[in-house]
Amino acid sequence: MGLLTVPLIGLLARVSWSTLGSDLTSSVALDALRLSLVCSLAATGLSVVLGLPLAWLLARTEFRGKSLVRAITVLPLVLPPVVGGVALLLAFGRDGLLGRPLFDWLGIQFTFSTAGVVLAETFVAMPFLIVTVEAALQMTDVRFEEVAASLGAGRWATFRLVTAPMIWSSLIAGVALTWARALGEFGATITFAGDIEGRTQTLPLAVYLALEGDERVAVALSFLLLVISLAVLIALRGRWLGAVRR
Amino acid sequence: MTLSAEVEVRFDGFHEEVALDVSDGEVVAVLGPNGAGKTTLLRALAGVRPLTGGRIVLDDLVLDDPARGILVPPEQRSCGLVFQEHLLFPHLDALANVAFGPRRRGASKSEAAAVSREWLERLDVAEVAHQRPRSLSGGQSQRVALARALATGPRLLLLDEPMAALDVTQRSTVRRLLRDHVAESGASCVLVTHDPLDAAALSDTIVIVDAGRAIQRGTPADVARRPASPWVARLMGVNHLRGRVRGPRFDLGAGLAFPCTGVPEGERWAVLAARAVSVTSDGADEGLADGPADGPVVGWSTRVVSVQPTGDRVLLGLEYPPGLSADVPPDRPDGGRWTEGMAVWASIDPSDLDLYAPRSV
Repeated sequence: MGLLTVPLIGLLARVSWSTLGSDLTSSVALDALRLSLVCSLAATGLSVVLGLPLAWLLARTEFRGKSLVRAITVLPLVLPPVVGGVALLLAFGRDGLLGRPLFDWLGIQFTFSTAGVVLAETFVAMPFLIVTVEAALQMTDVRFEEVAASLGAGRWATFRLVTAPMIWSSLIAGVALTWARALGEFGATITFAGDIEGRTQTLPLAVYLALEGDERVAVALSFLLLVISLAVLIALRGRWLGAVRR
Repeated sequence: MTLSAEVEVRFDGFHEEVALDVSDGEVVAVLGPNGAGKTTLLRALAGVRPLTGGRIVLDDLVLDDPARGILVPPEQRSCGLVFQEHLLFPHLDALANVAFGPRRRGASKSEAAAVSREWLERLDVAEVAHQRPRSLSGGQSQRVALARALATGPRLLLLDEPMAALDVTQRSTVRRLLRDHVAESGASCVLVTHDPLDAAALSDTIVIVDAGRAIQRGTPADVARRPASPWVARLMGVNHLRGRVRGPRFDLGAGLAFPCTGVPEGERWAVLAARAVSVTSDGADEGLADGPADGPVVGWSTRVVSVQPTGDRVLLGLEYPPGLSADVPPDRPDGGRWTEGMAVWASIDPSDLDLYAPRSV
């Protein structure tokens, strides 16, 4: 416990409360905060759009190579983010497998761009959504969906009217976890998208950089991220702590 | 013929091949142990488990025919599904559950609500219209589930153990509801159950399924009177004796034989109601059993191997002949209680034995 709490206390002890306001509203901090919010929300949205169908496929259908697909979807959970960043660079970089044709034909460049940040964050965070939603789907009796189908609901109507409401709390939890992970993403982002203020410098990157220059700002930004993490935890409390109590 | 189905399904080493014909308003009960393929059959009819062979035709419309590449998806079939666990959508109140089908079939919100209210009233659960499934009793939710299945006016009603989760009084009420509404709707009905009482109370025809095959079909009375195997007899809740007729005697072996007249020689089977077996404590009433009281009663001494209370009666399993059950009053004639392992004197009136020739399978 000490190992877990002492660093937090250390962080709180170093927060310079009097200058906290101005530290957090400096242009570097505000830029990083704005960028972090935009990118993490976009990454969360992208994760829902891509991850939800994938989770449904994994939970509800049988296909060849399913275990391989599942392994690939959860790989980013255990992969060092920096490796993810390198992999993204090799795939979507200017000279990458997909990056070169994308740049040559469409002029799209992910590296050193905000889109790259979103891509990196999605890569790292989407597994949280897939894993949470897939588990919820596995625990829902498919026969609810079969009844819905027998009553005339097609696949999309069944998902919208029956499945989604039944897994609602897990979906929310998955989204929150995904967003929190995207918000905190560092390794893959700095490797793949670089560290350009206002364009790819998200909060964690700003913290890292500020630590070398203005430590007080680094502490202030860290404090902000800690507060956000705690907020997510409290929002999910009903789900986890409640489950423990039950 | 409303439903004509030759269901052939193979998956994960399981192979089922069962033919099923159901006419308008008819109830066919599919009876069998867990894992026999009863539910797979329903899933195939509903369209959630595509056939690998055979075909399903409902009202001249081919629903599934893999050889011709035809598969009508479940949402386009006219099937009503009711499960043991009711499976009401937990996030919708009773009325919205019933209205789900009509809404999906194109009814306006108000039309659907009106139809649903009507169905809830018919099934006597109008008062729970705005309650969530969680707050309903088992009997109430089963009625709502039935209303939901009937509200779309299905041509085929598929019931999967609909009574299994209900208590005895609810069971008989729901049985009556099912009988009334199925007949009224004119829908064909397939009832999957492992309870011979449900099958007998509701169905016109019973199909016995085991290991993916239909091993016997007929009216409930026929199946109970002429079970195709000892296993079917047990499933139907009747005693089954196997023996050989030699001259005027039906011989079970091990020294037990019953007089019979006019039965051809050879292997014969017999069914016997559990109530037709009398049991008394060994020794105490031997005189009575041997006595001339009610004609030629035949008795033998054996042991009780199981005691199973069934409400106001007790079902005794006897050691010999193996599998024989006796339905007796809870108190012994001499006032004591039945206990496992006790020595008893069993007797039957040979005229209660209904002998028949085993079917050559």
